[in-house]
Parts: sequence; C-alpha cells; structure tokens
Amino acid sequence: MNKDASLMTPLDLESIRKDFPILHQEVNGHPLVYFDNAATTQKPKAVIDAIQSYYEHDNANVHRGVHALSVRATELYEQARVKVRRFLNAPSVKECIFVRGTTEAINLVAHSYVAPIVNPGDEILITHMEHHANIVPWQMLCEKTGACLQVAPISAKGEVLLDDFEKKLSSKTKFVSICYASNALGTINPVKEMIDMAHAYGAKVLLDGAQATAHLPVDVVSLGCDFYAFSGHKMYGPTGIGVLWGREELLEEMLPYQGGGEMIYYVSFAKTEYAPVPQKFEAGTPNISGAIGLAAALDYLTTLDLHKIAHYEEYLLAYATEALIALPGFRIVGRAAFKVPVISFLHDTIHAHDIGTIIDAEGIAIRSGHHCAMPLMDFYGVAATSRMSLSFYNTTEEVDCCIRALNKVNEVFA
Amino acid sequence: MNMDLRELYQEIIIDHNRNPRNHHAIDDATTQANGFNPLCGDKLTVYAKLEEGVVKDLSFVGCGCAISQASASLMTDALKGKTIEEAHAVFHRVHQMLTQDEENQLLAMDKLAVLAGVKAFPARVKCATLAWHTLEAALNKDAAIVKTE
Repeated sequence: MNKDASLMTPLDLESIRKDFPILHQEVNGHPLVYFDNAATTQKPKAVIDAIQSYYEHDNANVHRGVHALSVRATELYEQARVKVRRFLNAPSVKECIFVRGTTEAINLVAHSYVAPIVNPGDEILITHMEHHANIVPWQMLCEKTGACLQVAPISAKGEVLLDDFEKKLSSKTKFVSICYASNALGTINPVKEMIDMAHAYGAKVLLDGAQATAHLPVDVVSLGCDFYAFSGHKMYGPTGIGVLWGREELLEEMLPYQGGGEMIYYVSFAKTEYAPVPQKFEAGTPNISGAIGLAAALDYLTTLDLHKIAHYEEYLLAYATEALIALPGFRIVGRAAFKVPVISFLHDTIHAHDIGTIIDAEGIAIRSGHHCAMPLMDFYGVAATSRMSLSFYNTTEEVDCCIRALNKVNEVFA
Repeated sequence: MNMDLRELYQEIIIDHNRNPRNHHAIDDATTQANGFNPLCGDKLTVYAKLEEGVVKDLSFVGCGCAISQASASLMTDALKGKTIEEAHAVFHRVHQMLTQDEENQLLAMDKLAVLAGVKAFPARVKCATLAWHTLEAALNKDAAIVKTE
C-alpha cells in the first residue's frame, strides 16, 4: 500500500474542501467529520448550482415541447446522457438509461432481461458480500420463475475466491450479478476475471457499481460487463438519479420495465408501439434536475481526475487502517488486498451502536449497523459493524480526530 | 464528554450492560417472546414465569448494544415480583418517558429513570424500548417476533 501521496501532483485539499459547503459546520460543538460517504456523499457547489440554475432558468418538461424552455431543458438532459457515455466509455448514448438509482437499475434488469430468459432450474449467481439491492430482486425473481439463486463464497478476509466462484458456474447459470466494490468491506472484486469466467459459461453479467464509481475510473468496454449500474448520490450527485448502462443489442431485445408516457412511439387502444432505446426504459417525466446534477458531478470528478482521487484515497485508507489497528480493543473486518476507502470494524466488547453514538458527540459521522448486507454480517457472526467510509475531501487530520474519539469510547466503558 | 452523553452512559447503564441481571433463560417459563431491532441487530428473548397474576420470575437472553442490554436488565430487576397489571402499567410509563416530553414521568420510576437520558438520542430510543415491547408481547401471549421498526 502506497502512503506517499506526493508522487503525483497532489489534490489541493484545502481548495477541494472549500467546494463543499456542508463540510464547514459544527456538530455537538465540534467540527463535522463526515465519514459516512458510502451511505451518501456530499455535493460540491457546482452540483448544487447546476440544479438551482436549472430551476431558476431552464425548467420545463423534456422531449415534448417546441417552446424555448423545453428545448433548453431537453438539451441539458440529453447533454447529461452524453457525459455519462463519456464517463463510462460506453460505445453509444443509446446504452445509457437514467433510472432512480442502482436498486432500480438492478430491478429493471431482473424484470426486463433475466425474467424472460430463465426457466425452472436455471441459476442466477451472486456473491456472499452483496448489498440487499443485489440480493432481493434475484430472490423475488427466483420465486416467480422457479430459478435458483447460487451464492459464491468469500474468504475470511472478505475476498471472492476465483476458484470457488468458477465452481459455482455451470451450463445452468443464466445470469451473474456482482458488486465491483463492497459497501460493507471495501473489497474491490477481480471483476474482469469473473466476467470472463461467466461469459465462458454463456451467462451475462451485471456489475453493481454503486460503491466503485466514486473511487475508480470505470470503462465498461474494458471491464467487459453486459450491464453496469450506479447511483448519482454515491458519487457527489443528487439523490433520485442513477444510471443503467447496457449493451445495445441486449437492450433492444428487452421488454420495457415501466409503461407510460415517453417510452412509447405510438399509442392507440388497438395497439401501442414502444420507443427505441433508451427512451423505452424511461417512462414518465424523468428526474431532469437529477440528471443535470449528476452531469455536474461527473464534470467535477473528471476535472479532479479519478486517477488522482484513487491515489489519494489509497493513501488515506492506508493511514486510517494503520491507526485503527493500533487502537486497543478494535479490529478490522475485511482485509482484502484491494479496497476502496471503506473500513468496517468491531470492538471486542462494545457494540457498534454505542461506538457510533459516542463519537457522534465529537462531531464524527460513521455508520453502525448491517449496511444492507445481512448475509455478510451473518458470515462474520455479527449483527452489526461500525463503518468509516472516506472520500477525497477527508483529511488525515480528520482521521486523527476519529481515532482520538474511538479512544474515548474505551474510556466510557472502562 | 458532553452532558447528554454522560447521562446516557451513566454508571448504572454501564454496570447493567457489563453485568446484566437475570441474563439467562427460564426453563419452566410460562411465556416468552422474541424481539429484534433490524436497524442495528439488537436481539433478545424475554422469559416470564407467571403465577396467579404475578410475574414470579423474569429474565432475558440476548445480545446487542449497551442501551438495549441495560434496559432489558433494569426491566427484569424492576418487574420481578410485580403483578401483571403493574408490569403493564410500568411499560406504559417507560414508553411515555422515552417518547414524550412530560417531565413528571420520571417520578416513582426509581432506577428506571436512568433510561430517560435516551430521549436526547432519538436514534437510540428503539434500543431502549425493545425489551419492553418484547415483554408486552410475552405478557399478551403473542409469540410472534416483536419488531421495533
């Protein structure tokens, strides 16, 4: 792990932190230390301004009008789609669908792609570390279709074991859905290898990119996945917007997800024809301001450069990990070799909820609970962990502050 | 440590968490119920031996945060030997104390008054009330799992 951030022109942390107004406040008489980025990220002024500007100058419904405001709104919305295509290195804008978030994207694929192609006895493969959003839609699908959910095991370190993953693949596997990075453990999965393995067995693959997209450059062509899902609010954009990327040839064949306006070409009571992709999957008035906010977030990340972000965050993760290991009573859950800056940890005797409450009194925000990954918690034999999830706007000073507060936890229960 | 936190994690709570009273199953319990807080994973089972309208024995088994364990421990201490009616009444007073603003709920609550500190931490109220809701379910012979969500 590389702790020397000065190898590259470093990020200007002071300038970056000025971009995020919410960071400059006190909580319980202490400066806010926001370490809950895996739950949701804070928004730079550029994103807030873009949304405000849209509502102040350009708001109208998209696609339907010939008046000036509608034309401007449509341009901004479709420009956002172009930015998404560029960000993901997708072959075509037609493959970039705006949805509410990762959860909706996964449900859409389950309903529109997987359900029509599975028969009783067919298999869908996920891993033991998945978020509920990448478990429950598949359980619901299996119940409806008679397909069977298979779960690839993980190691005690919180890593997928490729041999064991491959053993779970067979001619019965129709679909594989896996997270690029774990929200609970931080583990970055060897997804390229996993995708190749799945393809060898004729199965298509969805990547849950909710955690990864804020921390790693994403290239859907290079990754080789068939679908990619991510949420705006996890990468510095607003809530209520996300993206499903899918291969054009698959999207063309898929049934629509929701019916309504916008996703049609022609409606009559005798017959209705659906619109082409991507509109086919965007029923109703979209989250226009959300898409515009998301585009502003993509611009912001691109300007900072995701490689620099990844480099700095790797350093911060190493710094925080080392400091936490040195604390008496605490231990880290999930020690994968490659991680996004997420640290789940436990105390030998003190419960995650108590830890969270005590350090909240010092202005520090971490998450305590099951992180929407109950099967993963069961695997580790715990009901809950505490989780620190960092971002490029966090500093080593903030980590020091958090460590001091965790020391206080030991004192309270002494 | 600020005042609110000091009140929440005062000595009695820490003590009851470290050495929970009546922390065992009752083999010949006449009723029991399970409680679960899905938000944080607090789990417990409350066992009660009811005889002629009296709570002859009361215990719990479980794992969870300090507030949930201390609350369960304090509850079993406070209600063992009380009548079932008294147990229901105390449940209502504790529930009101934790969820409403009335100051005078603290009167005549003895040790249970220490739980009042939880009010300053709304996210933790369900930790404190879990054992009590579970007891109510046991007393009402409702064997379904009680959830505080």
